[in-house]
Amino acid sequence: MTRFETVIGLEVHAELSTESKIFCGCSTEFGAPPNTHTCPICLGHPGTLPVLNRRAVEFAMKAALALNCKIAEVSKFDRKNYFYPDLPKAYQISQYDQPIGQNGWIEIEVGGEKKRIGITRVHLEEDAGKLNHSENGDGSLVDYNRVGVPLIEIVSEPDMRSPEEGRAYLEKLKQILQYTGVSDVKMEEGSLRCDANISLRPAGSREFGTKTEMKNLNSFRNVERALKYEEERQARVLSEGGTIVQQTMRWLENENRTKVMRSKEEAHDYRYFPEPDLVQLQIDRSWKEEVKKSLPELPDARRERYMKEFGLSAYDADLLTATKKIADFYDQVAAEGADPKSAANWVSSELLGYLNNQDRELEDTRITPSSLASMIQLIEKGTISSKIGKKVFKELVENGGDPAKIVEEKGWVQISDEGKLKEIVTEVVEANPQSVEDYKNGKDRALGFLVGQVMKATKGKANPQMVNRLILERING
Amino acid sequence: MSLVKQPIRELHKQLKNRELTATDLVNTSLERIGEIDGTIRAFLKLDEEGARDRAKKLDDSGEFGPLAGLPMGVKDNINTRGVLTTAGSKILDHYTPLYHATVMEKLEKARANMIGKMNMDEFGMGSSNENSGYFETRNPWDPERVPGGSSGGSAAAVASGQVSFALGSDTGGSIRQPAAFCGVVGLKPTYGRVSRFGLIAFASSLDQIGPITRNVEDAAYVLQAIAGHDPLDSTSADVEVPDYLSALKGEVKDLKVAVPAEWMGEGIDPGVREKVEQSLKVLEDLGARVEEVSLPHIDYAVATYYLLAPAEASSNLARYDGVRYGLRVEGETLIDTFSNTRSAGFGEEVKRRIMLGTYALSSGYYDAYYLKAQKVRTLIRRDFENIFNQYDVVVGPTAPTTAFRIGEKTADPLTMYLNDICTIPVSLAGLPAVSVPCGLSGGLPVGLQIVGRPFDEAGVLKVAHAYEQHGERLPEPKLGGEVQ
Amino acid sequence: MAISKDQVEHVAKLARLNLTEEEAKVYTEQLNDILKFAEKLNELDTEDVEPTSHVRPMANVLREDKSRPSLDREKALLNAPEKKDGMFRVPDVFEE
Repeated sequence: MTRFETVIGLEVHAELSTESKIFCGCSTEFGAPPNTHTCPICLGHPGTLPVLNRRAVEFAMKAALALNCKIAEVSKFDRKNYFYPDLPKAYQISQYDQPIGQNGWIEIEVGGEKKRIGITRVHLEEDAGKLNHSENGDGSLVDYNRVGVPLIEIVSEPDMRSPEEGRAYLEKLKQILQYTGVSDVKMEEGSLRCDANISLRPAGSREFGTKTEMKNLNSFRNVERALKYEEERQARVLSEGGTIVQQTMRWLENENRTKVMRSKEEAHDYRYFPEPDLVQLQIDRSWKEEVKKSLPELPDARRERYMKEFGLSAYDADLLTATKKIADFYDQVAAEGADPKSAANWVSSELLGYLNNQDRELEDTRITPSSLASMIQLIEKGTISSKIGKKVFKELVENGGDPAKIVEEKGWVQISDEGKLKEIVTEVVEANPQSVEDYKNGKDRALGFLVGQVMKATKGKANPQMVNRLILERING
Repeated sequence: MSLVKQPIRELHKQLKNRELTATDLVNTSLERIGEIDGTIRAFLKLDEEGARDRAKKLDDSGEFGPLAGLPMGVKDNINTRGVLTTAGSKILDHYTPLYHATVMEKLEKARANMIGKMNMDEFGMGSSNENSGYFETRNPWDPERVPGGSSGGSAAAVASGQVSFALGSDTGGSIRQPAAFCGVVGLKPTYGRVSRFGLIAFASSLDQIGPITRNVEDAAYVLQAIAGHDPLDSTSADVEVPDYLSALKGEVKDLKVAVPAEWMGEGIDPGVREKVEQSLKVLEDLGARVEEVSLPHIDYAVATYYLLAPAEASSNLARYDGVRYGLRVEGETLIDTFSNTRSAGFGEEVKRRIMLGTYALSSGYYDAYYLKAQKVRTLIRRDFENIFNQYDVVVGPTAPTTAFRIGEKTADPLTMYLNDICTIPVSLAGLPAVSVPCGLSGGLPVGLQIVGRPFDEAGVLKVAHAYEQHGERLPEPKLGGEVQ
Repeated sequence: MAISKDQVEHVAKLARLNLTEEEAKVYTEQLNDILKFAEKLNELDTEDVEPTSHVRPMANVLREDKSRPSLDREKALLNAPEKKDGMFRVPDVFEE
């Protein structure tokens, strides 16, 4: 049987987080009542004209730069003509042959292997409205709130070779866009959307097979599942001597299958032509540099820095850089003087663990980088134990405050008074002769029991290292 | 002379001195409309109540700027808030704009008084007003003849003394040609001089709004009020607007006038040619230096235009799908509803141009038609650039004929298109041009077209004004409302 | 390059226009006349000529990213041929 190689390319749309729409002043806010964010311009009323939103252009440039694209010196807009009720002008203002960004790439990692995926282009366009299909067949209802929300379309090269790579690419893309702050990248709200092209070819072949396009892949899971489904379907067809028909399909999430939308013969003729109502964009070096300067440190660079400068493991660096919010938080904790390694532990296990368990966002908590940093410093100084630290941490997350004060008020300061601890150790050792005997007979666990008894007597506040030493001195001495 | 027919300067003086009220003017205008518009049929819609109301408020306030209180007609493809706007098309039969076009905002601020909306060829596609979705407008010089188009209603209303002035729009000659046919002044400004915001688009890279008036000075007054940069129109030019009235005082002595041989040869009616030649003499007598030149690509302009304008139109008119506004003829499926609506709502010429434009843009034909035409447009633009390196204005006839008979050219679209040979090249180059009456031929008015450098409306108005002062004066038209 | 009746029908479909048999015939003839006339342009060598899509060269006309109030929904729907639940109603959109 022939072995096949899978070839995948993705087209990703991301809504830009501007305040107003791309060509008019209506708000882009998500979730408003239907048709309350519209005006004659975005409703395509006769006589209206578009005026381009500067921030939309700069966000597109920013995204393109973050994806290592070359920025066009001259870019322009074109009309893409087709009829559909969600498209008020019956054309979408988009970019055809002079997109804002071209020839970029991002790096993904699958199964420990790093790989570069090419980005063909990044262009700017307007979003369409939303059709609500009625259930009783009494027509569809159109809401134009979303019309004119700025979008970037990011087209990849056909560089992915498996559904896993497809997913990894999408995840990486989302991470980068999220870092740049140009988009919310919420797949569930549709601010990040993905279409996929997939084809198979005999392993070793250099020519591409016939591809199919899949639309409506609205979660990472769906992207991978739909690609797997289509990969298997094509392999089956080809193995049975059949041919793949070029067509556009829709992924039906609930049925776990695809459905044909249209064949190549029915493909649209979009009749692109230069938008006469908009003038060209000229992006000179200084504008480009200005936008470039506004780019934050991107995830790959940050991950690298955490490993190199802070000596973090790849695993921890990944966890900390997954979102910009957490990475920024971590950076500030370290900047406030906390040891980077302990800070990494606290953020990656305690903080992320808490957020996961409680299903909360960082901004829903009361902890600040400086409060976490002070707490870590209290541990470093021996003022509190790590164990007490966890209690302080919980307090910080839920109620906020100054760790030093919390420790003081709650009486959580570690007991490091040797005289006081000696007394307690004496009491514990005398009350547990059997354990002392056991320890002397080589049962190390017995020491732990004794330490535990001291901790219990001090409500966990005893300095554990000191208790350890005092018990050993007492038994051996 | 009927009140409305007096020059803007005169009316303004009387209003300011309280010798006349805005209400008097509205009454005169409405009376005249009642008397004649049953025959002329220039108005698609009257805003009688609004006009009276505005006049009263103005009379009470006593704040009279140059255009305040003057009865004006507005071509029906210019959006007027709350007042039905159809662009002469059945597809917008009941469309009430939610906003004013920028020119309307400006004229409202100047307190000009809109009497109503003027008939036009549907979406501006036509040269005779026979393509109106509603009815034909008649030429005041001869009701059996067309007023020209597409701003035929605007020109006919001014010529027959129904309004003091009117707004038209010009894509390939739609202000200038009807002005010529009706014996009035029509100015198409430089592309970008007047905001297109609120002008219902025909061909976006060509459309411009401009005045149709009874004399050149009036055109200067109206242009002054509507010109200027508009942040709502990305193609609106941020170029200073000069004082057009003081520009009229300039002389034409030593002015270099180019006359394209292509506009004076065959294809131009001999009677028209004769009048244009006489006008050139008048300019020469005033000290202008008139020379014949050649614009080698000008003969390609009509073909270029009839690919580019329909292509843009096919896209601009796609929004009329019966979903958000306008006519809707429901079918069983969504696609049927779209097609039924558009087939019922658009007239024959509009459909013809939509199909032509769709074809010119469609896959496999774009390069051969649309792109080719865009390239030839560059050549035509350069022809004018070269001429304007050596000459101050280009002068010729506005139209190759005088007003033709109703029905004379409807059978053959191409013949109709060729009526625009003199105006189209100027539109493609985006230049300012005025048509000023230069006498009668066979009892019908002839228009003299004066074309200027980009944004030199002042220059073309100056030449037109000089000619107007010294050239042949027209008598009153047959349906002009004055005793002959 | 002549346009066939089939092509005219295809173009009409693209433009969402219904044509009767008779209309298709007439339009085919008329469009052919116009296209034949347009062939005149092929006399010109435009190999190295830049196309003009904007007659005045302009660039970077941009507005600041500020939102302003939208229309009241009632107004947005004022001209709608059919509305329901604050939205524009259309016949069912069947999956193509």
